[in-house]
Amino acid sequence: MLYDIFIDPFVQMYEMPDFFLQVLWEGFVAGILYALIALGFVLIFKASGVFNFAQGIMVVFAGLTLVGLHENGVPAYVALLLTIGVMGVLAYGVERVVMRPLVNQPDIILLMATIGLTYFLIGFGEFVFGGEPKQMITEELGLPTGSTAFEFGERGLVILQHIDIAAAVIAVIMVASLGIFFNKTRIGRALRAVADDHQAALSVGISLNQIWAIVWFAAGLVALATGIMWGARSDVSFALEIVAFKALPVLILGGFTSIPGAIVGGLIIGFGEKIGELYWGGLVGGGIESWLAYIIALIFLLFRPQGLFGERIIERI
Amino acid sequence: MFYREAGQFKTSYKADQALMPILQDRIGLSVILVVAFVIIPAFANDFFLTSIMIPFLVFSLAAIGLNILTGYCGQLSLGTGAFMGVGAYAAYKLTTMFPDANVILMVLLSGVFSAAIGAIFGLPSLRIKGLYLAVTTLAAQFFLEWCFIRIGWLYNYNASGAIEVPHREVFGIVASGAEATPIVRYFIVLCITAGIAFLMANVLRGRIGRAWMMIRDMDIAAELMGIRPLQTKLMAFAVSSYICGVAGAMMVFFWLNAAEPSSYSISLSFQILFMVILGGLGSLSGAFMGAAFIWILPVFLKFIPGTLGIEIAAETVEHVTFMIVGALIIFFLIVEPHGFARLWQIAKQKLRVWPFPY
Repeated sequence: MLYDIFIDPFVQMYEMPDFFLQVLWEGFVAGILYALIALGFVLIFKASGVFNFAQGIMVVFAGLTLVGLHENGVPAYVALLLTIGVMGVLAYGVERVVMRPLVNQPDIILLMATIGLTYFLIGFGEFVFGGEPKQMITEELGLPTGSTAFEFGERGLVILQHIDIAAAVIAVIMVASLGIFFNKTRIGRALRAVADDHQAALSVGISLNQIWAIVWFAAGLVALATGIMWGARSDVSFALEIVAFKALPVLILGGFTSIPGAIVGGLIIGFGEKIGELYWGGLVGGGIESWLAYIIALIFLLFRPQGLFGERIIERI
Repeated sequence: MFYREAGQFKTSYKADQALMPILQDRIGLSVILVVAFVIIPAFANDFFLTSIMIPFLVFSLAAIGLNILTGYCGQLSLGTGAFMGVGAYAAYKLTTMFPDANVILMVLLSGVFSAAIGAIFGLPSLRIKGLYLAVTTLAAQFFLEWCFIRIGWLYNYNASGAIEVPHREVFGIVASGAEATPIVRYFIVLCITAGIAFLMANVLRGRIGRAWMMIRDMDIAAELMGIRPLQTKLMAFAVSSYICGVAGAMMVFFWLNAAEPSSYSISLSFQILFMVILGGLGSLSGAFMGAAFIWILPVFLKFIPGTLGIEIAAETVEHVTFMIVGALIIFFLIVEPHGFARLWQIAKQKLRVWPFPY
């Protein structure tokens, strides 16, 4: 028993390095996608202090809108532009209808409002596009679909899907451009000011409403990218929602306010989950992927309640 | 005018500290109890009992459980569904292990197991607060759900992986299993729910309930004033999980007859959470109102278009229900964060001053 837990998995890793590399790659890709969802959470949390539970469903909604438009005869790139437009309208709507009346409410109330938003979007999305899973229009968008196999050692083989490589590249580009946006542009500086202190930001003439609409729009764009990437790996369906729950432990690991934290947290959870499932999962009957991430996050939290990169929480009376 | 304290004099401390010091409240409660215990059983048909009243009472009890944790103690939990599941599986194991025991006692006892599990998952609440805690309760939800699927011992290694309620008799009356009549189930569920609600109404206004509310309002200040956060929070977790566990056990024993792990999934947790939010955080009567609303709204939506002669597919009804519930949650949070309970208070105030505007 002890041998099975502490020694055997490592022996397997050593004996079949190609399989281990494949697992690492799977973990890496899953981690990148978790990180992308977490990125959307972090954007909104940084700027408005709202824990946006609806990010996961925004991913599904963006993907569904894109595919749904294409199914109705809209060319792929036009559909992409239209979807960006829809996400803009959604961002404005959320800001106007949900966020603005709830300014200064406690965190828990805001969280529940986004849970309400989640349910509304689920109902609305299914009402408009139907509940069946849809195929993502990968080829029409000009994304690569093939795969490359790398010889490894004497008998090993590591297969890389091109779409996964594209996902990783897009994630890197997105994080870099968001970093530049936050640090170098006027709006980015305004965003950071809002994140720091709402009242101080207001007093120097930054429009909170405008900033929040922009942030929700940015989160919508991240959601769209995530939706395309995740949809290309499986289908676009409301089952993706469960993936959004996975982004929560990622956030906890990384800290709610840190963009690099979201990436690192995503990768830790991605690697941990795949390696844990494939090497240790068999011991307890498999399927531990569904909760391992939460337990990892829980253990981290007990030692570092603010996450890896989060700002220290100071409480005052 | 209709509802007022004026003229109701208390002559002893006992009368002053009664659960319901106002005469009209007592009359109202008695009317509700008479309706629940006499009129509904006398006139309702089986359909009404099994698909509206029993689920309503079960969900009310679960909502009371979550309300204690989230509404009174301020610890957001997304693991209600799993704690209900623990109660259900514990009750199933207990009744199959001790076939001769009283099934109602077993259902009440099963809550103890879910209280223990709830207290274990409540341990991180000492170090983790608010949103972070919500994620740790998600850990409980997914981990326990996985246990219900993977640990065969919990469902006696059934081929179906589901738990099926065995046939049990209490004092010669069939109480559980497929042959139990709706009226018997209804009375059992009603008595348990009413009993626990009454007990909680008294716990919540006493020392324990006040300590919970202090922790909710500001835990550091409460700690400085001599409330022990660990014991108080764990007690809230345990009591809340006990009630949720009993509700979960009743859900399978007196309503569904059989349950799969997916019956206790995260969507159940959310459903209960919505009942608590819409009903009003920190209100027992709100739990009943929220449960009634969330449970009856879909039924309502299903039948209203039919009577108007419009045919709507079942899926559409479900989607529209999602939309309405989501929109209503946002609406309530914006307009009336205290939910139906506050609306009821406003109505009482209107009755008090009627016919004058104030």
